[in-house]
Amino acid sequence: MRDMSVKGIMVENSFAEAFDMRATALIITADSAEWARQAATAMTGFATSVIGCGVEGGIDRELAGTETPDGRPGVRVLLFAVSTSELQKQVLTRVGQCVLTSVGSACYGAIESEEKLKLGAALRYFGDGWQISKKFGGRHYWRIPVMDGEFVCEAVIGMTKAAVGGGNLIIMGAHPRNVLKAAEAAARRIDAAHDVIMPFPGGIVRSGSKVGSKYKTLVASTNDAYCPTLKGAAKSKLGAEIGCVLEIVIDGLSAEAVGGAMRAGLAAIIRLGPEKGALRVSAGNYGGKLGRHHFHLRELLP
Amino acid sequence: MRPLILTLKKDPDRRIDLSGLVPENLQGRSEKAIARLPLDLSQDPLEVGDIFRLRMGDPMSLRFEGASERFDFVGAGMASGEIILDGPVGAQAGRLMRGGRLHIRGDVGPCAASRLAGGFLEIDGDAGDNLGGPLPGEMAGMSGGVVIVRGDVGPRAGHRLRRGLLVVEGKSGKEAGSRMIAGTLVLRGRLTGAPGPLMRRGTIVLIDGDCLAPPMFADCGSHRLVAASLLASELERLGLGFARKLRRPLRRLAGDMSVSGKGEIWLA
Repeated sequence: MRDMSVKGIMVENSFAEAFDMRATALIITADSAEWARQAATAMTGFATSVIGCGVEGGIDRELAGTETPDGRPGVRVLLFAVSTSELQKQVLTRVGQCVLTSVGSACYGAIESEEKLKLGAALRYFGDGWQISKKFGGRHYWRIPVMDGEFVCEAVIGMTKAAVGGGNLIIMGAHPRNVLKAAEAAARRIDAAHDVIMPFPGGIVRSGSKVGSKYKTLVASTNDAYCPTLKGAAKSKLGAEIGCVLEIVIDGLSAEAVGGAMRAGLAAIIRLGPEKGALRVSAGNYGGKLGRHHFHLRELLP
Repeated sequence: MRPLILTLKKDPDRRIDLSGLVPENLQGRSEKAIARLPLDLSQDPLEVGDIFRLRMGDPMSLRFEGASERFDFVGAGMASGEIILDGPVGAQAGRLMRGGRLHIRGDVGPCAASRLAGGFLEIDGDAGDNLGGPLPGEMAGMSGGVVIVRGDVGPRAGHRLRRGLLVVEGKSGKEAGSRMIAGTLVLRGRLTGAPGPLMRRGTIVLIDGDCLAPPMFADCGSHRLVAASLLASELERLGLGFARKLRRPLRRLAGDMSVSGKGEIWLA
């Protein structure tokens, strides 16, 4: 099947190739939404790619007091990793260093699952014997005395093995300003979707990578086929009209969530149109043999 | 499906043991087999049919119409289903209960909820001594589940409480929460004497409650605790409206310092 033109934007006959991942969801609360956000932002900092950060993470959405266990404003955070042991390690390190330390914070699991990760069950030792165990409504909490009161966190949290990482949209256009507008419009729409995150800064990545490198020590290197400054020099996939490429990467708690987010992003790009935004949209894959989830752009069109 | 109903025909002439009349023990039994279940261990035991008129239904939902203070071990050891009983009962109601729901619409005798490990026990009337506590020779009391007493309770409610939630809406007798090991004891009404003697861990919550300041407790000051909000949510889920008072700052006392001092009393 050929590429399609939708309202003046070329949508390539391509697909995003995504992978199974382990994931967990946490609710971080605080006395104000601002401080819940502070803790969540710190915790999901340096969590853009499993290649260099061990985990991919981000804020799913903000929660009102009526949606959190302790009735205070909160933030739902998602973390994704390639193995259970890495996810466990990252959850403890990040909650221990970024949430436990944040003013007035508390931390709870936000997905129900048979598979569990330790949270308070490990962090409780910070209490040096003054920690208190409480079980209310079938949930187990640890209270750790800290200098502004108590840090409360759930003993264990749920983990899913049905998560999917690597959904993506490659957005191409003539001018960087317009491509950024299209990418921002897509990121805004995806940000409103539940159960997905975009782990890169602002949800957008400008340094898409390919597998491998001419240097033996590197597992990934710049995606030269999509670098506009290498048109003509490298084996480029860009036409003469393309001057800038940006990518949106999406991780979700399920394949449906990732597919839905890609659909929403694609719709936003198309709605913006080619004059103000992108000229061409594609999706990254490795030939379809590495990841078992294939999100074909033609099936996601609005 | 309609419940299995046991209607009291006459008061028993002796104390009887109702621990056999729990849902999981009646499943698969015919009306005749249930009527022949013994209710005491004497040489000439009373049988269910001697005391109750049976109307068969789903044994997972048992209704007792009429009761007696000679009914001991009501719902003892039950693991699932539901028992609703009208009237007062005797000792050790809900002892060793593991699951399900037991609702007694009347008073209960001593040692109700003794070593209860799970499930939900609701008592509309008063409860006797040693609510949730162990029997002589046992090391720990209640180890899970939820117990709500709408009326008053006798001395040593929550004695050696180890886990679970015990709520008393009425007045409490002396030494409430004595020797608590852990768990949560919520007392709404007035107390006799100081609560929590020799408690090692666990939380005693006094709603509206001021208490005779226990001598071996340290005043940790007034705090707004996230854990109190979590307890408030659980109490509200159970329909206890007074729980909103836990969302305000409360005074925390730590003790009993004559043992480990890791327990606490919240004055909400």
